[in-house]
Amino acid sequence: MLNKKNKTYYICVFFFCLFVLFLYGPTFTIVLLSFQGPDGGLTFPLNGVSTYWFEELWRGGSVVDIGSAFKRSIILGVIVMVLTVLLSVSAGLAFRKKFWGSDTLFFATVASLIVPSIVLSLGVALQFRLLDDFTKWLGSTFDINYINEFFQTTLGMFTSGLGAQLTWTLPFGLLIMFAVFNRFDKSYEEAARDLGATPWKTFKEVVFPLIAPSIIGIALFGFTLSYDELARSSQVMGAGNTLPLELKGLTTTVTTPVIYALGTVTTFVSFSVIGISIVCYIWLKRKRG
Amino acid sequence: MMKFLKLKPNVGLLSIPYSLIFIFFFFIPLTLTFIISFWDYNEYSIIPDFIFENYAYIFKDCLNFEKDICVTFKTYLSTFIFCFITWFFTLIIGFFVAYFLAFYVNSITWQIVLFLLCTIPFWTSNVIRMISWIPLLGRNGLVNDFLLSTGLADAPQEWLLYSGFSIVLAFVHLYTLFMIVPIFNSMMRIDKSIIEAAYDNGANGLQILWNVIIPLCKPGIVIGSIFVITVVMGDFITIGIMGGQQIPSIGKIIYVEMSYLQLPAAAANAVILLALTLLIIWIMTKMIDIRKEL
Repeated sequence: MLNKKNKTYYICVFFFCLFVLFLYGPTFTIVLLSFQGPDGGLTFPLNGVSTYWFEELWRGGSVVDIGSAFKRSIILGVIVMVLTVLLSVSAGLAFRKKFWGSDTLFFATVASLIVPSIVLSLGVALQFRLLDDFTKWLGSTFDINYINEFFQTTLGMFTSGLGAQLTWTLPFGLLIMFAVFNRFDKSYEEAARDLGATPWKTFKEVVFPLIAPSIIGIALFGFTLSYDELARSSQVMGAGNTLPLELKGLTTTVTTPVIYALGTVTTFVSFSVIGISIVCYIWLKRKRG
Repeated sequence: MMKFLKLKPNVGLLSIPYSLIFIFFFFIPLTLTFIISFWDYNEYSIIPDFIFENYAYIFKDCLNFEKDICVTFKTYLSTFIFCFITWFFTLIIGFFVAYFLAFYVNSITWQIVLFLLCTIPFWTSNVIRMISWIPLLGRNGLVNDFLLSTGLADAPQEWLLYSGFSIVLAFVHLYTLFMIVPIFNSMMRIDKSIIEAAYDNGANGLQILWNVIIPLCKPGIVIGSIFVITVVMGDFITIGIMGGQQIPSIGKIIYVEMSYLQLPAAAANAVILLALTLLIIWIMTKMIDIRKEL
């Protein structure tokens, strides 16, 4: 049998360990380098140990306004997370039966995952540019004072930016729902219905507790993918940049370990979110069992 | 609310909010991109029109065979090469990682833990994961230190960073997961008794791998390949950062044209990129039915 602990087994273990080292090693080095002393550079050897570069980051120092970019990213991430959960769970429920347009919607979902991000970003940017032109035209044609004086652009983090990110997070949410419902035992639901529960009550009391752990998974995808999203939002964030966009800019300008400190902080945020999600997932699973 | 739901609700209606997002942020933008690729433009604005200049400009010089290969074809060729190399390495590595997880890890708990270990980086920042190669591959990086101190090289190797090598390395680093997940998924569906049957009939490990496991994993391999190839085809960020902004790509052409507000030109490039991507996917999906694989 395959699972015998023969030579191939050990080769595979070794290979897997190498892969994990490859995955995590580089990130570990920048965490290490971010704790250097004030004389530290971008490469090894380590010059002393301190939290100097974190303080530098906190002060804002040479770097752009990281604090507000960070805040913007978190807020947007939470909004994307909530919307991803709500929309993909409801769509997932709808998809359990065929409905008008379900094939098209499924096609769009898969297509959205594989359409090049820059193409989508361009499309959304064009759409909002036309929307701007249209709004300005409305303003001048009908002499709407408010538009003429104050209107600048419809492009923004919570309009175009949010939408562009949702086209990336929603497909993951829906696909997770598909995976859940493909393995879902319908007899519980039928039992509830036979006992006279309304569809809403059946959902609340039976279906929801069963899919709750997976909803944590969807939330995790929603937040982390938004928090790190770059390609799709690159053209549509308007005036305020999110953290990944600032970071991308910094890669070409910053030459101090401050960028590693920032990397350590964002990675820490991501890991915390992942950790919390995993704990919640296990907790919900246990509670159910 | 309760009463409304009692009236045999049409569950399909629940998909409306989801659909609206896709109509407004997917269908309309892509349609507009197609339309605007035929528009005219000047420095300040885009002008409704129906011209083919944007496309003609992309392939200007490309049909002149006496000159060298045109910039457009060169860029496409370079992007295809990145696609192919990245595809090759992610497939090999992804397949064996999935193989290990599916067939050598016996306890379900360990399977989940190790699988998560592979997945967690996907939920962290791509930019950070890219710049984390700098201390390793840079001029004074760890790899060069090692090469110099062991005498394997007598000068710092410049090709390690901001080169085609570092781009492929970053792609493999970022996107091998796209191969692992679908291939692992396919492998987990393989009925273990089939493998036992092959074993009982005298097949060795290699034969089982080649004649049983790989054919049954084909859907996973195809899905993973689609992900990897499309993500590399449209990339401009990884190639930008890891190539030191020196190496061209299709995505970068679009990006640069957008920054100069040559939107219809960017749209024309986007249409071609999208068409090529769809063509590749179409060829690959001829082999499987994705929906059955979830």
